[in-house]
Parts: sequence; C-alpha cells; structure tokens
Amino acid sequence: MIPNLNNLPVYDTTGVNERIARFCTRSIKASSKVEGLKLALSMIDLTTLEGKDTTRKVQQLCYKAMHPHDTLKNIPTVAAICVYPAFVKEAKKALHGSDIHVASVATAFPSGQSSLEVKLLDTKFAVDQGADEIDMVISRGEFLAGNYQYVFDEIAAVKEACGKAHLKVILETGELDTLDNVRKASEIAIYAGADFIKTSTGKIQPAATLPVTYVMLHAIKDYYLKTGKMIGMKPAGGISTSKIALQYLVMLNEVLGEKWMNKNYFRFGASSITNDILMQLVKSETGIYQSINYFSKD
Amino acid sequence: MSRLNIQKTYKLYIGGKFPRTESGRYFTINDNKGNLIANMCLASRKDFRNSVVIARNVQSSWANTTALNKGQILYRVAEMLEGRKEQFIAELIAQGETPANAKTEVLDAIDRLVYYAGWSDKYQQFFSAVNPVSSSHFNFSSVEPVGVVAVIAPENQSLLGLISVIAPAIVGGNTVVVLASETKPLTAISFAEVLNSSDVPGGVVNILTGKKAELAGQMASHMDVNSIIYCGTDEKLIKSISELASHNVKRTIFYKKHDWTNESCESPYLIEKTQEVKTTWHPTEI
Repeated sequence: MIPNLNNLPVYDTTGVNERIARFCTRSIKASSKVEGLKLALSMIDLTTLEGKDTTRKVQQLCYKAMHPHDTLKNIPTVAAICVYPAFVKEAKKALHGSDIHVASVATAFPSGQSSLEVKLLDTKFAVDQGADEIDMVISRGEFLAGNYQYVFDEIAAVKEACGKAHLKVILETGELDTLDNVRKASEIAIYAGADFIKTSTGKIQPAATLPVTYVMLHAIKDYYLKTGKMIGMKPAGGISTSKIALQYLVMLNEVLGEKWMNKNYFRFGASSITNDILMQLVKSETGIYQSINYFSKD
Repeated sequence: MSRLNIQKTYKLYIGGKFPRTESGRYFTINDNKGNLIANMCLASRKDFRNSVVIARNVQSSWANTTALNKGQILYRVAEMLEGRKEQFIAELIAQGETPANAKTEVLDAIDRLVYYAGWSDKYQQFFSAVNPVSSSHFNFSSVEPVGVVAVIAPENQSLLGLISVIAPAIVGGNTVVVLASETKPLTAISFAEVLNSSDVPGGVVNILTGKKAELAGQMASHMDVNSIIYCGTDEKLIKSISELASHNVKRTIFYKKHDWTNESCESPYLIEKTQEVKTTWHPTEI
C-alpha cells in the first residue's frame, strides 16, 4: 500500500551539501583505494542506451564486461550490462557462461510516456528475452501532478510483470526538482516493490549527484530500520571518474554500512567510468599515469 | 601615512586558472644575498596529472584553431609582454640577472614570440611535400602536432628560455605542461599572467613550479604525454628521461644550450621537432 507521504523528513539543501562535502574529503590510503576501485568495478552496470546501438556494439560491450583489461590480474568483471530490450537476447548469448547479469530498460524508456499496457508488454518482452533485471522509469508527469497512487500502481504492475527478474525503478531525479520530491518518489518506489531505486536515465541533466543519492540512501535506510528489508541503490549517469566513484562508496558505507557494499545492493550505471577505474588500477600497479589510448573503447 | 606593499602570491597556472598546488606545499626563492623574494608553490605529481588532463582536452581545438588566429594570438602575447617589460626586467634582476642582461632577455623574448607568430601559417608549407612515387597514387606528406608536450624549462634565462621552447611547440598546435626553472621561477608565473590576458585559450600552456627531482620522472613516463623537452645538461636525468619515455615511445628533445639569446633559437626546425609527419597515399587514375 502507498505509504504516508506527509510525515517524511524534509531536506535542507545546504545541510545535505555540507554533509556531502565531508564524504568527499575522507583520506583514503593507497591500498584501500585499490580495493575500493576493484569494488567499484564489480558494481558497474556497463551501459549502452543509444539509438545507434547495434548487435555488434552490444557484443563488443559484453566482451568488455567479461574482459575489462586482460593485462591486469585479479580484477573482477562488471556486475551487469544494461541495454535496450531489443538486444537482451544477443547480450544473454554473448555473456553465456559468465555470472554477469543482463539488465534491460523497459516501460517506454526514457520518457515513460506511454500507456500502462504498452509498458507491461515492453517489460514482458524484455523478461521473455532473458533479462535478469529490469530498469523501469516512473511517470514523472503524473508524479509532479500529485497522482502518487497512479505512480505506485504502475510500479506495482511492472513488478508483477517482471516475475523473477529484479526491478530497478528510475526516479529521474533531474526532473523532480527538489530533494523532498526525491524522497517522496523513493518511498513510493520502495513500497511498490522496487528491488533497487535508481537516480536517472542518463538522458537528462543533471543525472546522478551525491546529494540525491544521499537522500535515496536515507529512504533505503529508514525502510530497512522499519521492515528489515534491504533495497539496492543505483546512481546512474554522470559518474565519470574513479574519484567520484570512491566518494559514492564512502557515502554508501557511512549511511548504510558494509552490508550494502557489494553488487547485490549497489550499482553504478555508467560506461566511461570503467576505463577510468582501469587506468587508476594500472597506475597503482606500475606507478605510471595512463592514457585512454591504451584501453579498449567498449 | 605609511602603507604596506602588497606582495604578489605566486601560484600555478593550470587550465587558464591560477590555483594553488593541491598538495599545499611551497618552497622559497632567495636573491643573491639570501633575502627571501617569494614563496613558490611546490607542485605535486597530481598537479601535473591534472594539467595533462586539461592539456589533452583542449589540444584538438587548439590544433584546429586557424593558423592565422594562432599567429594573431602569439603576436598578442608579444604585445602584452611589451607593455609589461619593466616588470619582467625588474623580476629578472631580483632573481640575480644584471640589468643589461635582463633587458636583453626580455626584449629578445618579445621578438621571439613575434618570430614564431610569423611562422604560424608558413611552416606547414615548409615541411610538407608531394612525393614522387612510381605507382598510380598521389602521395603527399604533411605535418601534424604530436599532441601534449611536457617541458622542463631551462634553469637560466628563465623567461627567454621558456618562451623559446614553448613558442614553437604551441604555434604548431601542441599544448604544453611546463615545469618552470627551479631556481628562477618568478618570471614564468608572471608570464602566465601575460598568457592569461592574451586570448591564449586556457589549458594550451600550463605552468608548474616545483622540483625536477620530483616531477621529471612523472613527466617522462606519463602515457598521455606525447613528447618531452628537457633543457639542461644533467646526463643522468637525460638517461632516465629517455628510458621512461620509451613506455609510450615519447618523442624526446634535449636542449643543452646555455645561451638562449643566440640566433640558433629562431628556426622553423624547432617547430618541426614537435610535429609528426603524416604521409597519405591517395589512389589516382592510371
């Protein structure tokens, strides 16, 4: 049932920013940094969501997911790859034999401007193709108009259509305007059955930021304290450097704790960050600053 | 009423801004009598890394700036320097030059900028060619900038030497990250102020002050630097730079000269040093 949205904490932007600033200045020892980078690498949802995607592009991405950088020993593979429904089958085939999941966006991604019927068919198609995870978008228009019940019911219906597939709910925080709205949308998504809540589609600026992620982590924490159930978090879009990734991990650890510090409960939706992490890992191994020219593009 | 003179804080020049070193460290510069002239930022390898990222980002747009415009911008730097020559002469004297030498150095520096500004739309013709081949191809060679150039500026003639090395590199479409003279770094940072007011896009020239012992290795080994120029005579350092530069087959350029007022410092061949030749085989009808 839809939770009471009137008693939610109210967020003070200045206060949140102050708190974030402190996460960003933690000093991290070299050895911890390497572990942090490896952890971040294992949490990546390697993503390609473009109109120009082709089968070959997706195959290439799957190869990158399984072989991030073969000259580096002891590095994990990424958590999942994230594609449009049309490429799920191909991705499943390409990733056969690995434990890398295939996530698919659905529900008229990225705008979500379609009928519930179409959205459910979209979801079922992706699941039938073999998707392990579904990334849905909420109807931001309905949310901003105050039709919270509509948004709730829609998420619940998509959750049902997912079957065994995990559901990530994209709030598209860049369109929600305020942190209070982000909190409200997080509550609705969590109570409607989301396994993960996700910041953004990556198509709208600003995408993931530390402040909105902080608010969403809070919603997850409060839900956990109340029900004992763990919900996952996925910031997506705009996370392009290792340094920022580590800041997210610091925040995750300090808000939710160690239980969340794995790919089952935290993901990065990104693509360019992969090479930046790899470059940092090679740097820490060789002492030499790296160039993107020596790393595979996808 | 008496007043205190306002002393300048010498900072780094990275991406068109004047940040302090991220390390928060500094070193002192004294005059001949041992009096403190200034505290300089002691740049760290992270400052260098950040500079390279910026230099890389702006390199293609700088290279694609029209030759005419690049020439105009270099000429503009000369104009700005002309207007502030007294300040530079005074700074060189404070760093230990004789007044006569200081004046010569600043005037030569201005002229050198004008010299390379003039080459901006000409060196390409000088170093390009249509090559005779016996197959049915139109075969031609042209020059392109190598990319990001790391520069260890000369210790002496710290203004003229620095300008003599970076002017041919940037007029050729490269971007540079410079480690200024360790013992006489003041003019390098004042020169950054000139660059900053001369339409030189931020990041084309980045200037750090610090220690060779700390930074030379990073400059020589960085995989995203395409060429390194070392001005000096330390054979050990030359050997280690050569070895480290081999990781990504960086182009190494060593200048062992002491006198940068010499005419040999003005030559299009110095532009060519940081150019890569591209040869194209274009099929033609038989």
